[in-house]
Amino acid sequence: MFQLELRPNSSALWTAVTPVLAVIATMIAGGFLFAALGKDPVEAIRVIFLDPLLQPYTRSQMLVKAAPLILIAIGLSMGFKAGIWNIGAEGQFIMGAISGGAVGLAFYPTQGAWLLPLMATAGALGGFAWAMIPALLKIKYGTNEILVSLMLVYVATNFLGGMVSGPLRNPEGHNFPESRSFQDYASASNPELFSGTGIHYGVLLMFAAVIVAYIIMNRHILGFQINLTGQSPRAARFAGVNPNVLIAVTLGISGALAGMAGLFEVTGPAGKLTTNFPVGYGFTAIIVAFLGRLHPVGIFLAGLVMALTYIGGEGAQFVLRVPAAAISVFQGMLLFFLLAVDVLSNYRIRWVRKEHS
Amino acid sequence: MRLMKSLLTGAALAVGLAGAVFAQEKLKVGFIYIGPVGDLGWTYQHDLGRKALDAALGDKIETSYVESVPEGADAERVLTQMALSGTKLIFTTSFGYMDPTINVAKKFPDVKFEHATGYKRAKNVSTYSARFYQGRTVIGYIAGKMTKTNTIGYIASFPIPEVVRGINAAYLAAKAVNPKVKFKVIWVFTWFDPGKEADAANALIEQGADVIMQHTDSPAALTIAEEKGIYAFGQASDMLQFGPDARLSSIIDNWGPYYIERVKAVLDGTWKSKATWDGIGPGMVKIGAFSDKIPADVQAGAKALEKGLADGSLNSFTGPINKQDGSVWLKAGEVADDATLASMNFYVQGVDGKLPN
Repeated sequence: MFQLELRPNSSALWTAVTPVLAVIATMIAGGFLFAALGKDPVEAIRVIFLDPLLQPYTRSQMLVKAAPLILIAIGLSMGFKAGIWNIGAEGQFIMGAISGGAVGLAFYPTQGAWLLPLMATAGALGGFAWAMIPALLKIKYGTNEILVSLMLVYVATNFLGGMVSGPLRNPEGHNFPESRSFQDYASASNPELFSGTGIHYGVLLMFAAVIVAYIIMNRHILGFQINLTGQSPRAARFAGVNPNVLIAVTLGISGALAGMAGLFEVTGPAGKLTTNFPVGYGFTAIIVAFLGRLHPVGIFLAGLVMALTYIGGEGAQFVLRVPAAAISVFQGMLLFFLLAVDVLSNYRIRWVRKEHS
Repeated sequence: MRLMKSLLTGAALAVGLAGAVFAQEKLKVGFIYIGPVGDLGWTYQHDLGRKALDAALGDKIETSYVESVPEGADAERVLTQMALSGTKLIFTTSFGYMDPTINVAKKFPDVKFEHATGYKRAKNVSTYSARFYQGRTVIGYIAGKMTKTNTIGYIASFPIPEVVRGINAAYLAAKAVNPKVKFKVIWVFTWFDPGKEADAANALIEQGADVIMQHTDSPAALTIAEEKGIYAFGQASDMLQFGPDARLSSIIDNWGPYYIERVKAVLDGTWKSKATWDGIGPGMVKIGAFSDKIPADVQAGAKALEKGLADGSLNSFTGPINKQDGSVWLKAGEVADDATLASMNFYVQGVDGKLPN
C-alpha cells in the first residue's frame, strides 16, 4: 500500500513542480466540468487560460486586476511568516480608500500635482491606523488579532456606507450614495499611465513592493527577525527580537499597503467611493499570499494566476456562455488542487508492502 | 516543396477565415448583469428580456451575457472585452455601470450601449428605465385597502430619487383610499441582502405592519410574510412561489419589448441615442395577477387604476400634494413633471420619519 512519509526538509523540486501539477489537474477536472455542461472542454480551457495571455488588453488588465491583490498579499505575508494573522486587510483597504479619498475631496476643486501623493500618504495612514487597532489591543491586552482585525472589516464597511451617504456624498449626484468621481477630478485621479492598458500608479507600486519585500525578507534584519519568530518565537526572543515591536511593524506594514491599494483602486479603476467598490480584495489576498507560499515572487505569480482566472472566466461566460457559477467552481478547483498537491512537497509517497503475520 | 505547402495552408486558412467572417454576420448583442441570472428578481427579469430577444430575432442576432459583474473596475474591463470581441450592442443593466459604460463608449464609438436606470448619455449611449412608481400606485392602493392595522411596512434600499418616488407614490395611493394609513419605512442600504431584508420585515411586523412593500430585490420579505400570515408583494418578478398565500400582486419588470425594439433599430440602422422612461402603458411595467384574497371590488379598483395609468388619464402624482414640510408641491389638478420626479428628494406630506441623507 501507499504511505505518506514526512520529508526531513520540504523538497525544493516539488515546491516548484506542484503548482504546475495543480494547474494540470485543474484543467483535467475542469475539462470534465465543462464537458458535463455541454461545452467543448479544450476550447473552454483555452478561453480561460490562454486567450487572456494572447491579447494585449487582457494581458495588461491582468496586472491591473492583480495589483491590489499582490500589494495586500505582500504586506500580509510578512505578518503570516511571523505568525501574526491579519485577516482584516479588507477593512484596511476600505479605510485607506476613505481617508485618502476624503483628503482629495476636501481640496475639491483645487488642482495641483501635490494632491495625489498627499492622498496616497493619507491612504497609507488610514490603513495603518486601522491595523494599529488590533496591533495595540494585542500588545496591551493580548487580544486575538484574527478576531479583532476581521470584525473591524464590518465596522469599516458600515463606516463606508455612512460616509458615502453623508459627508462624502457627491452633492451633484442625485442623492445616490457615492462620492464625486475621482476620474473627473484630474489632480485626484490615478490615471492610466500607458494608453489602452489601464496600468496605473498602483501597478508600479505593486512592482516596487515585490522588490522591496524580497530585499527585506532576504537581506534585512527585519526579514531575519520575522523568519526567526515564525520558526521559533522563543529563539527569537533570545536573539533580541521584541515581539511587541514585531506585531506593530508587521500589522502596520500590511495595513499601510492595504490602505494604499484601496486608495489607488478607488481613484483609478473603481473611480469613486461607493458601497460597492470593495469587492473582497482583502480576503482574496489571503489566498494569494498562501498560494504564493508567502514568498514575494511567489505572491506575484499567484496574483497573476488569480487575475487570469477572473479575466478568463469572464471571457468564458460571454464566448462560451458558461454560467458564472461554473467559473467559481473552476476557481475553487484550482485552489483545492494547489493546496492538495502541496502535500507532495512536505511528504513523499512510499510503497510499503503489507506485512503478513 | 515546403514553400508550396505553406502557401497552400495559407490559402486554405484565408478561405477558412473568409468563411468565418461570412458566417459571423449575425449582430452580437451583449448584456452585463449585477447579479446571477438565477436571482429571481432584477437580473432574472433582464435575462428573460434577453431570452425574448433570442426568441424573436435569433436568426439575425447572437446574444451573450456576463453575470455577477461588480460595478466599477470589473464592469469596465468586461465591457471592453465585449467590445473588443465584436459585440456591437451592449445592455448594461445596473445603475452603477453608468460611469464604466460612458468610459468604454468613448473608446468604442462604433459600439452602441444601452444603460439601465442611469442619467448620463452620449452619442452611442442610450438610457432606459421603467416608471416603476406607476406599479407602486397600484399596489399602494391594494395595500391601503387590505391593511387591518392601518400600518404598512416599507423596506427601502437607498434614499435615491427612484426609491423615494416609489414610497411617495405608494403612500399617496394608499392614503387616498384609507385616510388612517401609516407608512413605516426601514432603510436597509442594500439592493440584495436576504438576511437584512428578512430582519427589516420582522421589525416592521413587530411595529404593527400587516402589509409589507419592498424596494429591494430578494424574496426574503415575502417568505417572512408567508410565515407570519400577513401580506406582501412580488418585486421585479412575480415571486408567487415564495408566498402563495402572502403575495397579493406584484410589480413585474418587462424588458423584452424594449430590447427587441432597440435591436431592431440597430439592424435597420435607425438606432439613435435617447432616454426612455416607459411605464404600464407600453408594457415595461406589468402588474402581476391579483391574489383571490383581494375582494372583487378592490380588484376592480386596482384594475381601473392600472388602466388609467396606462392610457394616461391618471397620473400617480396629481395635485394637490404638499411636501412633508407642508410647503405646496403640486396645486390642485397639476401633475408632476419628469424632471422633478427624476430628482425627487423629499417625502410628501403624511409620510412619517425623516429621509436619510
